[in-house]
Amino acid sequence: MAEHREFFSRRLHSLLGVIPIGVFLVQHLVVNHFAVYGEESFNKAAGFMAGLPFVIVLEIFVIYLPILFHAVLGVYIVFVAKNNTRKYGYFRNWMFYLQRFTGIITLVFIAWHVWETRIQIGLGNEELNYSLMEGILTNPIMFWFYLIGVLSTVFHFANGLWSFMVSWGITQSPKSQKIATNATVLVFLVVSYIGVRTLIQFAYGV
Amino acid sequence: MAEQSTITFIITRQDNPESAPYEETFHVPYRKNMNVISGLMEIRQNPVNAKGEKTAPVYWDMSCLEEVCGACSMVINGTARQSCATLVDQLEQPIRLEPMSTFPVVRDLIVDRERMFDALKQVKAWIPIDGTYDLGPGPRMPEKKRQWAYELSKCMSCGVCLEACPNVNDKSNFIGPAALSQARLFNAHPTGEMNASERLNGLMEDGGIDGCSNAQNCVQVCPKGIPLTTSIAAMNRATNIQAFKNFFGSDNAH
Repeated sequence: MAEHREFFSRRLHSLLGVIPIGVFLVQHLVVNHFAVYGEESFNKAAGFMAGLPFVIVLEIFVIYLPILFHAVLGVYIVFVAKNNTRKYGYFRNWMFYLQRFTGIITLVFIAWHVWETRIQIGLGNEELNYSLMEGILTNPIMFWFYLIGVLSTVFHFANGLWSFMVSWGITQSPKSQKIATNATVLVFLVVSYIGVRTLIQFAYGV
Repeated sequence: MAEQSTITFIITRQDNPESAPYEETFHVPYRKNMNVISGLMEIRQNPVNAKGEKTAPVYWDMSCLEEVCGACSMVINGTARQSCATLVDQLEQPIRLEPMSTFPVVRDLIVDRERMFDALKQVKAWIPIDGTYDLGPGPRMPEKKRQWAYELSKCMSCGVCLEACPNVNDKSNFIGPAALSQARLFNAHPTGEMNASERLNGLMEDGGIDGCSNAQNCVQVCPKGIPLTTSIAAMNRATNIQAFKNFFGSDNAH
């Protein structure tokens, strides 16, 4: 393994994007969707998640460290690509470009989002409840920032799922890759709905 | 096309590997069914640019003139392809010719594709059969498999897939799609199979298969229609399995 470090890091990068980060993303958006069922539902669900045993250990090993690794290597991967969609405007080349573009947007969004919620809660400046998110998202600028952030994150996840399946040799033939494309479009639409619906609930109360 | 008596080429030229590139325009008499190379041959016969100045003839690489050798690749109107197989009648004018940007320029349109041959060495894209005694005939290959492998063997190291790949550039060490597919070809061969793990380990070295991020331009531009992305996905699976065997140890790790 030592002599194949680059190979190992890239495979780990691909794996971490799906397990645990992708799983966490879907879980996070689904649990937040409780907001649509009312303030009390959300507070109960968020309180349950925040009150899990060993929550800080879970956060470090399931969320923080994997995202940190994925982000650092990801920025490097963005840096070494020379995008050429203008000359070679094929569908997959555009997805390649958008994967890098959404990766950077997602990184900015997540940094802001973590600062504004988890870190402020950790510092004792804010409390984890419905009104925290309501306060943030009723500001129209923040609503649009969150909308773009959530869509970008979900796109990066769905398209990353597609290339995960190629990188791990699950989808090899053109036909299987085509089916995977359709399936990941579906993943994008469904997970985006779950997330965006919650944002609308916080912002407009409907 | 009867009235069109001349065609215009705008060629990116470079006098030597160190000097700065510059553009030069040429007008060439039109003939029916010209390919790009026949236009370049006209310039060589009469090396006078559009301003009427005598200039050095344009240098380019070529050999077979039937899209088999891979030598005459260049960027024609923005996309990399074989200049022998590119017909003037199918191109927009003026016709812009540039050397492929992924490779170091030797002179004018000639590039040095040595990195492709280094990549073939990295993945050991050959079948070692030399020994001190006669090893006898190798195992036979089923005809259907031979036909399938023939498609992969069409690779002529022309470099068009490297030119189109966004991950092959001077910031990255990625060896490019061509060699990854060649590893698959030789691993599929009944004799080559005996050294399969050596090629897979070559693919796992720095700059190897992990450099692919699935932009899939390669399969779109390959002049020989090689299923490069299928090869890459197949080698992804094979290298992952090999990596587990290497790490945990296996009777089949050889």
